[in-house]
Amino acid sequence: MRKLLTGILLISVLFVLGFAATPVMAEEEMTIGVSIPAATHGWTGGVNYWAERTVDKLDEANPHINFVLATADGPEEQINDLEDLHAIHDIDALVILPFESDPLTEPVRYLKEQGVFITVVDRGLADPEIQDIYVAGDNPGMGRVSAEYLIDRLDGSGDIVVLRGIPTVIDDQRFDAFMDEIEDTDINVLDWEHANWNRDDGYEVMQDFLTRFDQIDAVWSQDDDISLGVIEAIKEVGREDEMFVVGGAGMVEIIERIMDGDALTPVTVTYPPDMISAGLEITVAHFNSEAPILGEFIMSAELITQDNAEMYYYPDSPF
Amino acid sequence: MDLAKKLGLDDIELNYGTVKTLGPFIALVLLFILATAINPAFLSAGNLRNVFARTAFIGIIAVGSTFVIIAGGIDLSVGSMAAFISGVMIIVMNAAAANFGVGVTTVVIGIITSLVLGFLAGAFNGLFITKGGIEPFIVTLGTMGIFRSLVTYLADGGTLSLDFGVRATYRPVYYQLILGIPVPVIVFGIIAILSTIILNKTSFGRYCLAIGSNYEVAKYSAINVPKVRTITFILQGLCVAVATILYVPRLGAASASTGLMWELEAIAAVIIGGTALKGGAGRIWGTIVGAIILTLIGNILNLTDLVSPYLNGTVQGLIIIGAVMFQRSGSN
Amino acid sequence: MEDTLLTTKNICKDFGPVRVLDDINFNLNPGEVNALIGENGAGKSTLVKIISGYHKPTEGKLFLEGEKLSLDNIAEGEKKGIVMIHQELNLAPDLTVEENIFLGQEKKKGYLLDEKYMYDECQKILKELNCDITPKERIKDLSISNQQMVEIAKAVRKEAKVIIMDEPTSSLTKEEVKILFKLINKLKGENVGIIFISHKLDEVQEIADKVTILRDGKQIKTGAAKEFTENQMANLMVGRELEDMYPEKPVSENKKVVLEAKNISVPGFVDSASFKLYENEILGFAGLVGAGRTELLEAVVGLRERTSGQIYKRDQEIDASNYIKSIDNNIAYLSEDRKGKTLLTSKNLPFNLTLLSLEKYSDPFIDKNRELKALKEAEEKFEIQIPNYRLRADKLSGGNQQKLGVAKLMEAEPEIIIFDEPTRGIDVGTKQQMYSFIKELVTKKNKSCIVISSELQEIIGLCTRVIVMCDGKITGSLTGEQIKEEIIMQYATGLKGAV
Repeated sequence: MRKLLTGILLISVLFVLGFAATPVMAEEEMTIGVSIPAATHGWTGGVNYWAERTVDKLDEANPHINFVLATADGPEEQINDLEDLHAIHDIDALVILPFESDPLTEPVRYLKEQGVFITVVDRGLADPEIQDIYVAGDNPGMGRVSAEYLIDRLDGSGDIVVLRGIPTVIDDQRFDAFMDEIEDTDINVLDWEHANWNRDDGYEVMQDFLTRFDQIDAVWSQDDDISLGVIEAIKEVGREDEMFVVGGAGMVEIIERIMDGDALTPVTVTYPPDMISAGLEITVAHFNSEAPILGEFIMSAELITQDNAEMYYYPDSPF
Repeated sequence: MDLAKKLGLDDIELNYGTVKTLGPFIALVLLFILATAINPAFLSAGNLRNVFARTAFIGIIAVGSTFVIIAGGIDLSVGSMAAFISGVMIIVMNAAAANFGVGVTTVVIGIITSLVLGFLAGAFNGLFITKGGIEPFIVTLGTMGIFRSLVTYLADGGTLSLDFGVRATYRPVYYQLILGIPVPVIVFGIIAILSTIILNKTSFGRYCLAIGSNYEVAKYSAINVPKVRTITFILQGLCVAVATILYVPRLGAASASTGLMWELEAIAAVIIGGTALKGGAGRIWGTIVGAIILTLIGNILNLTDLVSPYLNGTVQGLIIIGAVMFQRSGSN
Repeated sequence: MEDTLLTTKNICKDFGPVRVLDDINFNLNPGEVNALIGENGAGKSTLVKIISGYHKPTEGKLFLEGEKLSLDNIAEGEKKGIVMIHQELNLAPDLTVEENIFLGQEKKKGYLLDEKYMYDECQKILKELNCDITPKERIKDLSISNQQMVEIAKAVRKEAKVIIMDEPTSSLTKEEVKILFKLINKLKGENVGIIFISHKLDEVQEIADKVTILRDGKQIKTGAAKEFTENQMANLMVGRELEDMYPEKPVSENKKVVLEAKNISVPGFVDSASFKLYENEILGFAGLVGAGRTELLEAVVGLRERTSGQIYKRDQEIDASNYIKSIDNNIAYLSEDRKGKTLLTSKNLPFNLTLLSLEKYSDPFIDKNRELKALKEAEEKFEIQIPNYRLRADKLSGGNQQKLGVAKLMEAEPEIIIFDEPTRGIDVGTKQQMYSFIKELVTKKNKSCIVISSELQEIIGLCTRVIVMCDGKITGSLTGEQIKEEIIMQYATGLKGAV
């Protein structure tokens, strides 16, 4: 059984399920292990925030379910976490946001073979057969949606610069989809550099782009943290009217700017760290529901504009 | 005997030595020429301002590291310390804004917080090393993790953002130009001059050199070795605090990724500048040139598309090794 | 020339503008010991460094067995059969005797080491040399003299024709020296030529066939060893008539105690030792190596932790928990380890001179002109030979380094001065200067001194009173006529005295 829903719809449905379904079944004690990357940059910080928040909420609503949260600094540590979750906590289900796909595939498969229910979030494993539930972020979609907006805003022609993230598969997927989309237009990428999803690097790289190029029509910064650095650099030399910035992820500060109608940051594209919450909710729903909830859920990349920004606004989120 | 000869004024070995000691400076000039050749925009006032202002953070921290390294220590915690101090500063200023408004008072409170924290963090490192008798590498490796995780905890894993009102008041500390020179560069200059004086003209500086070149001789010369070493770490902490005071108004935020790898950049700047990693000899101006070289590499790479950005790390690594080789080529 | 093993012809060597060797014609025959003597800085080390290939001569030629020799490095010299044994032995302390003997020249069988061959070969050499070391012992477990044997074994294995020994006896006991000399005689019998550098003129007289005397880079005299008396050699080295080696002992009627140590214990080294130092005396500390003298006095000045005991200065108990406090109390200590504890060898001379008393030169900034002035004063006062004020300390000769160390100590203006082995490894002339300087301190400057020395002659010649230690305890305190070699040795070996 396969379901394809847009993220927003799904989350709202599941919020209801999570609460409503609790009393239905005879409740057996069970443990759900949650394994996520440590908060090493803004977006993973958001993942941590949402994971903790949702765990607290679900914990309260489901007294029979025990949650164990483990954060890892790298793939090796995440593998150790998995071993501990299995050996010490004897988990019944695992919700995992893998650091990298390949190294974690076999360790997760082993847990699966031990009878653990597997939910994978964001980055897929090398073998999709392992997972029971997959909540995926849409990385190519993020590049594509950003490109579509830029093409539209610039009427298909203009000079732009691109600030990429940390050189990884995710970054490549976003960048390649973006470049495919603008291929047949007159939009010209002046140059790109890695800004490592980091505000300081965003600031410095943008300063140098501004030194180098006299006319920049738009910036694709791919990430809202980078955008904040880029914005400071642009303001410093007073070139706000020349260009605009398209970021990504849906960070509080950027959403506030969009809501305020800031001309420099008209939009951003979602790649919400709260997809971990969806993964948790769906997993709990699976155990609480009478009908099995399984399959693949894609959190599509949405364009956040002034019109819909309110919906994505979580002022308490650290990201 | 001829006095000039005795003073070494016509000594071949010494004159040969000066060519060697100028090494980092020559490397810097070569990089300037290279950069201008690649992109004439490099020499624009705006770009030079950017480069030097950026250098200020690492540069100021590296000045502190120079003392620590000369006295035979090492501090790996500076990057994390910077992140931690930025985080606490922002929290304190946001809280102070509620009581004192968004004016200068709040910013001054933030600055004092930073200096106090820098002092305490440095003293913590220093005392564990000297009183606890644990190697600097281990103690600061420990505090590197501690500070980094504390800031992550304070920020709930995300970003701590400075109140917008306070940010407006505080902004000039990074962005203001005085006689066309950015404030951070001026602060950097003042710190460079002060520390040059401390290293070369005071007994404290002399003691650092003595301890780094031979710990036993220092002990047998009635030097209070633990005290001097602790002070080097406190100086390092204060330098980190000053760098943080300049850093926070730039983007008004601190997160777990603030100051990442700064410790290695600071150490690299010190070594490129000609200070011995094992201690006992070193110079402040070398460190400053080293810090500028490091920033320049990044800047030059951003100003050209001759090199694939995937290879940035390679270019950086080659220039660092090359600069140090060049600097040492005269020594044997 | 037929018979000659090694000859140097008109060798000159310049370092920068300074000529350190001037027209040296040195001759060594097979089976001969040629002793090279001279004050520190006379050029002995430079000459042997040229012979062994470490330096190239500026002018002149070297001949080995009549063939012209041009060496680019030490390895080449060794290949030709010229092996140098350094004063600071070049052995890897954690490796075994066998591993050291073959270090860098391991015998291999295929890719693996041929351990059996090396073991047998090593044993053979050690047997030839008549020493009771086994190939599998670790260097660090051997006595200094046995370590020296290993160095010689190394040279023998390399089939050395010329062996250069730089101060081989400086850290040997009398017994060990005897063993060494037996070995040298054996090597002579095998037609090996030996260049023997030493400050100990009695030993030179005993072992050398020929003596070559250098002074200020010049060859002063060469002749058969029996032609010279010890005094003649010393006079030729110094270039002037040496009066008596030791100054007349100061007579001190003063019985005021300036320093008293009570029940000092340092675990493993010193067991409840007590002593008094009277005003204006030179108090000697005698004993065998390992008796705990250095440890006791380091504990007294706070350089070493003590587990019990009190220190009194002029009847007032003082806090001597660290050396900084002792310096504040005007008690100073000159370590026996010149390069490891007294001087920063990589720093320049003023830096070293003022390190102990830097506060005096800074208010708050260091006045480099005053430092330089102090150095000039010290240069005069202590007769330090300084070719260049900006020199690194390790460029000075041993004796001049020691003088600089003393000058550094005196900068702190101490009232009580403890000298630990003040003349180790320095030449006669400097020794004599050191003795008269110490005497002057107590007679003219109103200071009180302690001298630790392993050279009994020095203790006997210099000190007004002698404390003898054995095995961590003070066994005796001798004055006047009692200060004699036999009596000191009885206490030092524990035959006499409360143990």
